[in-house]
Amino acid sequence: MAEAVKRANVDMAIAYPITPQSEVMHLVGDIYAQGHIKEYYRAEEELGTMSAIAGAARAGVRLFTATSGPGLLRGLEAIVSWSGHRVPAVLGILTRVVNAPLSIQPDNIEMAYMMHCGAVMLHAENQQDTFDYTLAAFAITEKVDVYIPVAVATEGFFVTHAKGYVDMTADDICLNDFDPVAAPVPAMDNETPPARIQRDAPVQKSNFMSYLIHSVWQQEIWDSNQRAMKYIYEYLGGPIEVQNPEADVFVLGSGCAAAQCREAHRYAQEEGLSVGFVKVKAIRPFPVDEIREALKNAKAVIVPEHNIIGWLCKEVKAAIPNGGIVVEGPRVYGGMTLPVELIMKEIHTALGLEYDLKL
Amino acid sequence: MSLKYITPAERFKKYLPKDYVELVDYGPFGKTQDEAGPGNMGQFKELMEEHPMCSGCWMAYFIRLIFASLPAPEETVTLGTAGCGRLAISQAAVPFIYGNYGDQNAMASGLTRAFRIRFPEKHKDVITIAGDGGTMDIGFSMTMHSWIRGEKFTTIMLDNEVYGNTGGQESGMSPKGAILKMAPLGKKGEKMPATALAQAAGCVYTVRLSPTNIKKAAKVIRRAIFVAREVGPTFVHAYTSCNIEYSIPTEDVFADAKEKEKTRFQFEEYMTDEAKAVIDRVEAEEKAAKRAKKAEVV
Repeated sequence: MAEAVKRANVDMAIAYPITPQSEVMHLVGDIYAQGHIKEYYRAEEELGTMSAIAGAARAGVRLFTATSGPGLLRGLEAIVSWSGHRVPAVLGILTRVVNAPLSIQPDNIEMAYMMHCGAVMLHAENQQDTFDYTLAAFAITEKVDVYIPVAVATEGFFVTHAKGYVDMTADDICLNDFDPVAAPVPAMDNETPPARIQRDAPVQKSNFMSYLIHSVWQQEIWDSNQRAMKYIYEYLGGPIEVQNPEADVFVLGSGCAAAQCREAHRYAQEEGLSVGFVKVKAIRPFPVDEIREALKNAKAVIVPEHNIIGWLCKEVKAAIPNGGIVVEGPRVYGGMTLPVELIMKEIHTALGLEYDLKL
Repeated sequence: MSLKYITPAERFKKYLPKDYVELVDYGPFGKTQDEAGPGNMGQFKELMEEHPMCSGCWMAYFIRLIFASLPAPEETVTLGTAGCGRLAISQAAVPFIYGNYGDQNAMASGLTRAFRIRFPEKHKDVITIAGDGGTMDIGFSMTMHSWIRGEKFTTIMLDNEVYGNTGGQESGMSPKGAILKMAPLGKKGEKMPATALAQAAGCVYTVRLSPTNIKKAAKVIRRAIFVAREVGPTFVHAYTSCNIEYSIPTEDVFADAKEKEKTRFQFEEYMTDEAKAVIDRVEAEEKAAKRAKKAEVV
């Protein structure tokens, strides 16, 4: 992630420690020390960090920060206002549990809290995705017809503290400088005429106009979110990956669960079972049409997840006309790994076959 | 920002909103304090237009005074938070950022640093203007840390000693014993020592005042801004009574402010040697410019 930040020619990064995110911002700090980033500091806590990102965005610079689990929730009040304020920042989320009893182990339940704030959300399966998605995130967030934040999530520890080969762009190329004029709202730098604007006046009066302003603005934010989809096609080849599209049973996952789904799919291929695989890369905008098309002939869809509530499963159920075919789980949380055998058992059950589950 | 930026091309003038054209033609941008300062604030529509505050609001008066005192309104950005104050701040003709609850000093930290990246040769004045709740309660951590980090901007606290906008609850700045909502038996703790905290946290210039003397108040606001540009964080703690929640009759608002000046808001000005050097230099320059102008006229 930090290597992508380096190539993204970031102006300013603001850090606050939390495990397992800290290392990302340590490495971003090293990049700052090397002179690749113009400003970097450790803020007082996450709300301060996310608020400072919002402040710096008004001055028209390229921004990055990252957090994890409880840190994301601490900063969420500021984060949920980023989209409405048209803050084109990239947020790294290295997932971690938030529920009591608290632990530092990974699951990705905090992503559920992020899903309704207007930000574009990408979910990386592995180290390669983390690099690719982060770099793409900067390009997407600054598109004039998008201009809302992009969050790149990946599972803490499973991805952040594991090794993987990554193909990276050359070290000596980077994104062009941030252009604060190429924006749907001008930077509040007093340099962009007309200079006297009240971009951020609140609309809290209890009258119809304020409801209307809020409503129209929110619709525009979610339209911006939808408009990000064409750039997800451009930079990531689309919001989903599909293998074996003619299959009867599908395993569908995002993030680390997609890696386990991929492995289950490989096992199934070896056994000659009619099983397909769908990886969801974009959580927002959610690829409703693409998933509907991919699953149009499916008899069952198994959605393994790394969280207790099954937010992806709910999204898939809502997206397809025959939501009853969705198999909820298997789900693991609190840092447990997701054995492929659990997915294989669901595959066999869906196909009406016996499976001797040995863990 | 060059003043040329805000001057409309003559042929497009008729297409621009009237308010904007009037602001450019008659507004305070690029003018000296003698021309556009508090002494002449009645001339400036964007300062004197009707505001949505309560009748007799001392806070509304002080906010107008802040805007009339700005050394460079064309290069200034203000930040605020929830509360009465932002209603008046957001209608002045200076960019205003409305953040989340109490996060104005964290936002200002990012904004100030980002301005320095983009405009290293310029002074972009950043000022947070928030109430006692936003500055000392919900935003306390962010206020303190911005000072501890030495962020170069000015913090102005509009201390009405109560949460006015939400209906009169006690705040950390309410005086001990005050009977307010959420303190039905009277406030138990002491009023927070705001200027002492600011000095301990590294503010290089702090002022506590009840702004009854318009020239004096303007002077300290300007001092705070000049010092913040060059040295470090500055803090102005001003009494801006809530005449509604404290039941101060409109006609007695000024007398109340005078009264408070003798007690909790006795004038106090603190500056480091470095801050004093800046103040002495700037004020000497201003005096010299004034003398030169006078000589020119004669």
